[in-house]
Amino acid sequence: MSTVTQPHDRAAKDLAPVSAESLAALLVTGERPPRPSALSASLTFGWRAILKIKHVPEQLFDVTAFPIMMVLMYTYLFGGALAGSPKEYIQFLLPGILVMSVVMITMYTGVSVNTDIEKGVFDRFRSLPIWRPSTMVGYLLGDALRYTIASVVMLTVGVILGYRPDGGVGGVLAGIALLVVFSFAFSWIWTMFGLLLRTEKSVMGVSMMVIFPLTFLSNVFVDPRTMPGWLQAFVNNSPITHLSSAVRELMAGDWPADEIAWSLGWAGLFVAVFGPVTMRLYNRK
Amino acid sequence: MSQHTSALAIETAGLVKTFGETRAVDGVDLAVPAGTVYGVLGPNGAGKTTTVKMLATLLRPDGGEAHVFGHDVVREADEVRGRVSLTGQYASVDEDLTGTENLVLLGRLLGHHKKAARERAGRLLEAFGLSEAAARQVKHYSGGMRRRIDIAASILNTPDLLFLDEPTTGLDPRSRNQVWDIVRAVVAQGTTVLLTTQYLDEADQLASRIAVIDHGKVIAEGTKGELKASVGAGTVHLRLRDSGRRPEAAEILRRSLDARVQLEPDPVALSARLGSATGDTAAEQASRALAELARTGITVDNFSLGQPSLDEVFLALTGHPTDDTDDTDAEEMAA
Repeated sequence: MSTVTQPHDRAAKDLAPVSAESLAALLVTGERPPRPSALSASLTFGWRAILKIKHVPEQLFDVTAFPIMMVLMYTYLFGGALAGSPKEYIQFLLPGILVMSVVMITMYTGVSVNTDIEKGVFDRFRSLPIWRPSTMVGYLLGDALRYTIASVVMLTVGVILGYRPDGGVGGVLAGIALLVVFSFAFSWIWTMFGLLLRTEKSVMGVSMMVIFPLTFLSNVFVDPRTMPGWLQAFVNNSPITHLSSAVRELMAGDWPADEIAWSLGWAGLFVAVFGPVTMRLYNRK
Repeated sequence: MSQHTSALAIETAGLVKTFGETRAVDGVDLAVPAGTVYGVLGPNGAGKTTTVKMLATLLRPDGGEAHVFGHDVVREADEVRGRVSLTGQYASVDEDLTGTENLVLLGRLLGHHKKAARERAGRLLEAFGLSEAAARQVKHYSGGMRRRIDIAASILNTPDLLFLDEPTTGLDPRSRNQVWDIVRAVVAQGTTVLLTTQYLDEADQLASRIAVIDHGKVIAEGTKGELKASVGAGTVHLRLRDSGRRPEAAEILRRSLDARVQLEPDPVALSARLGSATGDTAAEQASRALAELARTGITVDNFSLGQPSLDEVFLALTGHPTDDTDDTDAEEMAA
């Protein structure tokens, strides 16, 4: 909780007087530059997100410690049983767990939008003559950086545990790029919930309801062929399955055109549906 | 730019905003001349902030119309946003960022290049006496410093119209005076200011015209003088030497002045609210009353003539006092 006004006696005493003359000079010389482009405004909001990370580095916990935990936990929990040994399993698991963790991390977007939107600064942003979605896009650009950090952390841990991607640096980078693009698009669901729901807790609750089934009911951990038919029907068509197949094959050195197309198609759909809903809520807030 | 040029910064007609059952703003008509400070005075929950939010394009009106410099706040919201700035009730800056970062961020969003944004941020911080705190996060600022950075953020690009929504709520008297100085400096450069306040003396100090608003409606509007005149010419306060003669004195005042006389808790004190019907000034009426009392042999120990305060205005208009507790007394004139 931050208090709104907390008088600091020392600060109040030290406060230098307002200089009416320099103020007047500033007001007179104030030229009005042309409005920033949509891209420039979005990047500026992205810069804001990065500044926030700089000032509150603890918020990187969920993109560092959490992914490391995920890799270690699932590699050693399932490795022996599913693939004979953790070392063999990680070849299959790492791209999938990478997808799962990063998609899970996206839900923090909703929480931060929800807590941020209540603050006075949003009134200022919303009264600026700028491209309206740039505030939200800026958030997601900052988050894209977080997703990239999480990916790098997990790959590092994976390589230490014995993961060897046949696709080399190029394949790995392509996989990460696809994952970050998808997550950026997917996050519009969370910006919507962040604006729609009233409290941080309810955002968290709804996010869990969506994210757990969506990520677990996929081909991240096991081959869907062992599942009952009705579940296969869901799993095989889940965007997470398409994405993890695409990332897995890209990192293995293949070019899974179909799966890439499916992943990007889903990404486009998420933006097309949840982007406008988010902006509608944002404008009405 | 629109073809329509207008000497009015703000013009609203029948502005309405409802939240569920509550009509927060219930048919507000305003006409704010450009280049002035216009005060919107009212108690908590009167609809001041809601009105400002509609004018600043943050809320969509449910009824009526509002134009800012001739631009419709709904249909031409973007035009309006280009000309106004808003300082809300709570600091409208990012508390996690430093003073400099906040101003550079907004400078960039207003279209300044990185270098120009930095330079202007530096000069503003200096003018506002915040250079020392420039590299500190705003969450560590005192209340007075927050207000300053907030107003600094609002004038990054000199706005044509500045909304100040209760800019001194929660500030100590010194910081409050400093904010008033800033407002005067801003207006002196030609910016129109719409100031909402629940402090009567604040409206008195800064605004040239005032709208009194209560339960979402404008209940009075005019210059300070007009509003004060609407409740009479002033009040005369008397202290007698002999408490036994107070009823007699009250009767004389009532008869000679046609005034509403009030007996004070102090047994020797009484006051009379002077009417403005006769056209006589408060001083003329008061000296007539004193002469009457002297003729009857009632000794007056002490006498003062008070201008009607906005507090009295408010009471007279709404029938209930404001919840304001620390308002200043009427300007007293020693006799």
